[in-house]
Amino acid sequence: MKTFSIGGVHPAENKLSAGSPIRVAGLPKQAVFSMYQHIGAPAKPVVKRGDMVKVGTLLGEAGGFVSAPIYSSVSGKVSKVDVALDASGTRRMAVYVDVDGDEWEDTIDRSPELVKLADRPELDATTIVEKIKTAGIVGLGGATFPCHVKLTPPPGQKADCVIINAVECEPYLTADHRLMLEHPEETLVGVQLIMKAVNVQKGFIGIENNKPDAISLMKEKAAQYPGIEIVPLKVKYPQGGEKQLIDAVVGRQVPAPPAIPINVGAVVQNVGTAFAIYEAVMKNKPLIDRIITVTGKSLQQPSNLLARLGTPFQQLVDECGGLPEDTGKIIGGGPMMGKALISLEVPMTKGSSGLLIMNDKEAKRSEPQPCIRCAKCVSACPMGLEPYLLAAQSARQMWDEAEKNDIVSCIECGSCAFTCPSHRPLLDNVRLGKSTVMGIIRARNAKK
Amino acid sequence: MNLILIAVAVLGLIGFVAALVLFLASHKFAVVEDPRIAQVAAVLPQANCGGCGFPGCAGFAAACVKSADAGSIDGMLCPVGGQPVMEQVAGILGMQAAVAAPRVAVVRCAGTCEVRPHGVTFDGAHSCRIQQMTGMGETLCAYGCLGEGDCERACQFGAIKVNPDTGIAEVDESKCTACGACVKACPRNIIELRPMGPKGRRMAVTCNNKDKGAVAMKACGVSCIGCGKCVKTCDKFEAITLENNLAWIDPEKCKLCRKCEEACPRGAIHAFNFPPRKPKEETPAQPTPAAEIQSKGQTAPAPAAEAQPQKD
Repeated sequence: MKTFSIGGVHPAENKLSAGSPIRVAGLPKQAVFSMYQHIGAPAKPVVKRGDMVKVGTLLGEAGGFVSAPIYSSVSGKVSKVDVALDASGTRRMAVYVDVDGDEWEDTIDRSPELVKLADRPELDATTIVEKIKTAGIVGLGGATFPCHVKLTPPPGQKADCVIINAVECEPYLTADHRLMLEHPEETLVGVQLIMKAVNVQKGFIGIENNKPDAISLMKEKAAQYPGIEIVPLKVKYPQGGEKQLIDAVVGRQVPAPPAIPINVGAVVQNVGTAFAIYEAVMKNKPLIDRIITVTGKSLQQPSNLLARLGTPFQQLVDECGGLPEDTGKIIGGGPMMGKALISLEVPMTKGSSGLLIMNDKEAKRSEPQPCIRCAKCVSACPMGLEPYLLAAQSARQMWDEAEKNDIVSCIECGSCAFTCPSHRPLLDNVRLGKSTVMGIIRARNAKK
Repeated sequence: MNLILIAVAVLGLIGFVAALVLFLASHKFAVVEDPRIAQVAAVLPQANCGGCGFPGCAGFAAACVKSADAGSIDGMLCPVGGQPVMEQVAGILGMQAAVAAPRVAVVRCAGTCEVRPHGVTFDGAHSCRIQQMTGMGETLCAYGCLGEGDCERACQFGAIKVNPDTGIAEVDESKCTACGACVKACPRNIIELRPMGPKGRRMAVTCNNKDKGAVAMKACGVSCIGCGKCVKTCDKFEAITLENNLAWIDPEKCKLCRKCEEACPRGAIHAFNFPPRKPKEETPAQPTPAAEIQSKGQTAPAPAAEAQPQKD
């Protein structure tokens, strides 16, 4: 069975919510829409206090090409446009909407019927990309990179295949798994749309073989969609990393930055993104909700919720039985790459793939011990880096040396820190080094 | 016997030839360096801290000689050695040393564990810069001291330490040389170099919170909420400005009257090194100590006042 070639680790899977069907979460009393829900320029608020909005009303327009608009997921009145605490842990510009009823914009088609690509022959690549751009779709795997940018290859570059990331290699998370089980056809139409947008004939959907039900169902359904192939993959973290997935599925290596997947002819999108693209193009529905896994060993009812963006995490936790008493850490995202939250006031954003409640025993980090030079981090690193060295260089502020050792190639997957028997905070230091070195490189390029 | 004589003669000859070669080479390839550079470098503290802006003490010495040749050494200051060292340097170079007011690092955060509620615990690598990357840190203040001690590690003089009881960095004024290493190390720009002031007396806003009033108030018990009361109190001297919901006292204009400290409803303005205030029953006599301080303030900074035009 296929998998990526370098490094990788095997964290305990803990897919507690794999068997629980997607539930629709209730409407919040107040929804908060951060203007920073994607990578790139923040959205610019276009509403003001007192404005009435419906589900699907534009709240913030894209702040540039690498940016995405933000739509209201609720109907009601804008109570203020002010800073709000978001998942990044800082206060940033957001729009607050007091919810009143559930009125949708008329343009959105809310019927559940499947619309196939053959039903809409007028759609061409430009229209699809334009619709995706207008709908504010970003990579829903967690990186939140604006989708239309990836579907607009730079001049001279041509993709020859689309790879759909349905591996869900993060432990605990099951949102993509449930999506494939409950909306397989919509997802496949979404994949077709992506293929049409970048004008390729071949699409692969990579699924890890810890989801046999999803693999067999998707294989069965994909038979009717020519060009789409389901690729079962061996379970290994971080297979969901863009470069790792390309390596696993088509066996191509993406060179070190600034090279991007399109340089090896691949366009990678998350399976959740494919579903959102289907809804945006076929149903005219902007990105206003997503599936989020709310899970944890002590949580009463680990669930997959279809929740509106802007819903405070507190409400989602309440719907799953409330915050357990032994909570040690709350993580936005999965346990490997997610970010600890400082408060449950934080609203859900486009990138919220999971909400993990760790109990105090799991959450406790062990005291770091001296490095014993076992090189486990080196063999675990999926990018072939030397994490112990990069961490030491970052801690000593040796930025030039860290740059020479390719610190910017780090994908921050955390395999090094996970595997370290001395519990050294390797990723903490490498991440600091990476952001500093990237700042230095940007400054240097700006000078030129 | 003969053997010994030959050995001595041969070795002696080799030694003489080698000495001759070395002597000629040292003359032929001698690097001419201004002897004043070595002299200046000798009086510098050799901390090599870079606080002066030059690469180490030798670099500063070379820069001093160069600017002396250009006419004046104004603007050159070794923050570690301060005035005495600069006078020595000026003596060597036959110049007049510019009088510069000594400065000291001021930590603009007074949010101790008691007044600033810690909602969460950070258990990552112990570094302020790493904690800063996670966002807010342990408290609800996105601007206050993180207390992981990046400044402490940056300081070569042991002058700044994180107090484990309060969780914030504290400056030991007797050791601080105002080299500015801590200022650069702090990811939140909390530390500011401010003039020491007469007898070390100075006023400073010990808060860095730029959030709006309500948010700042919730985050910390001694935060500046940008109410502007201090600005109004200081309308005579106009020493206080309010920008981004944060007050800042201009040390050049401040007359050390301490009225702003009284006016601040949050206790965010701190008076350093003033004698303790007289008890309340002597309220009518209060103008006297204030006037006393002011008159002292006027006598003491006279050289400092002189220094200002020279500095520019």
